[in-house]
Amino acid sequence: MGRDNQKNGKNRWLGLIAILIVLAVWQFVAAVIIHYPFILPAPTDVFAAFVSLVHRGTLLLDLEASLVHFAIGLGMALLIGIPIGILMGWNQRFDAFLDPLIEILRPVPPLAWIPFAIIWFGLTASAAGFIIFAGAVFPIIINTYSGFRGVPRVFVEAAKMLGCTRSRDLIRYIAFPAALPSVAAGIRIATGVGWMCLVAAELFGVSNYGLGQKLWFFYSLHQMDSVVVYMIILGLIGLAFDMIFRYYIDRYFLKWRIGEVA
Amino acid sequence: MGKLEIRDLNQSFRKDDGSDLVVLDQISFDVEDKEFVCILGSSGCGKTTLLRLIAGLDTARSGSINLDGEEIQGPNPKVGFVFQEYSLFPWRNVIDNIAFGLEMQGMPLNERSRVAEHYLDLVNLSQFRDNYPTELSGGMRQRVAVARALALDPVLLLMDEPFGALDAQTRNMLQKELLEIWDKTKKTIIFITHSVDEAVFLADRIIVLTPRPGRICQIFPIELTRPRDRTSVEFAQVRRQVLDLIGKLCSIQ
Repeated sequence: MGRDNQKNGKNRWLGLIAILIVLAVWQFVAAVIIHYPFILPAPTDVFAAFVSLVHRGTLLLDLEASLVHFAIGLGMALLIGIPIGILMGWNQRFDAFLDPLIEILRPVPPLAWIPFAIIWFGLTASAAGFIIFAGAVFPIIINTYSGFRGVPRVFVEAAKMLGCTRSRDLIRYIAFPAALPSVAAGIRIATGVGWMCLVAAELFGVSNYGLGQKLWFFYSLHQMDSVVVYMIILGLIGLAFDMIFRYYIDRYFLKWRIGEVA
Repeated sequence: MGKLEIRDLNQSFRKDDGSDLVVLDQISFDVEDKEFVCILGSSGCGKTTLLRLIAGLDTARSGSINLDGEEIQGPNPKVGFVFQEYSLFPWRNVIDNIAFGLEMQGMPLNERSRVAEHYLDLVNLSQFRDNYPTELSGGMRQRVAVARALALDPVLLLMDEPFGALDAQTRNMLQKELLEIWDKTKKTIIFITHSVDEAVFLADRIIVLTPRPGRICQIFPIELTRPRDRTSVEFAQVRRQVLDLIGKLCSIQ
């Protein structure tokens, strides 16, 4: 994707046309055929709901609450996942030690942790953060691990010949930068998974604000147009995370890869 | 100084069926200070294994390797290594690759940039100072690798078929440049190759290994005056002599 900029510029219009067509069909189906906003609010209803939500002024508070939950979850996932991935990728015995445990825990769906999240953390931001953590930590561990496993031996040996012989230095100066593309890919996946866990993490009442919390709140009021507003905001912020992440990582951390993959 | 003494070196690897595969068998030779020695042999004869032992990257089954009277027991800043495959760190630009060893020694940034620039200049790549390895051609990458190995001012430079992946023209040019660098820096160099032509062009002495197990078959001193002209009659004669003897005695085709 995105290899040929000029072509991409032209093709971008095609994508926009698709969105406009869907909006038009949606408007038609909702307003003319179904004509019942509870089943399917029309785009115009959604826009009106958006305007009134802006006037209510809680959107930013919701966003802030959600970002806090998300930051707790992703932050903990990075803090715990990256060191574990490094240790497992670097040290075979540590790998043999932890691998079975991780393989057993990994298939447990993040949402299955909700009961224990409530028991352990109560109805707090940390409980929501924990659910997001449960979703985000495994992609980070696994990608960090495989990144470290894939470090070419010649880099390590070249470094040794240049006086970099301690494990700590080899990890810091050689293995980590060499594994960074894989680690970054893991963080990107984790960001996506973590954001998907957000709605569920907020639905059990950990806060009075939050994008997921409001989505459920308006559902209980049967205000489906507002539900759609929050759905769209959740989607757009997830997209924005991905774009910012990709831009930032490529620009500042992986610029050396330009030209490596033609 | 850079005098290397290798005595009764043996290396073998355990095979899956439990038997031992002998890779190097009773290798003994000396390399004098500032000497340029080529080790010649077909693929699989243990040349790289030998070089890795000298580098301290592997440990031999038995025998000893002494550099200026000190036994090699692991990677050592007195020994530089240029690898066969591309070994530049792709996340570091050219100057930071060359300065890597100095950085590990804790040399301050200004000073190590100055030293690295000197070696960058030595390999004629000053204008590529801030480029990344992926932006360089194969020949340039190996020149940077040479500069990186030299930056720590080792007494012994080990080169494992460093020009093997390059086209013939680039290869000839790099051989010339390497001799110039050798002339300026006066390192002891051990250079591995499977090309008789390359060995005759570069070496003071050629050590030929037999394949499986690797044994020293012949040692040829190359008396040709430098700079050598690979199109000259003398050059062709020496090359033929070496080829003939190898063919007769060392079972290399």
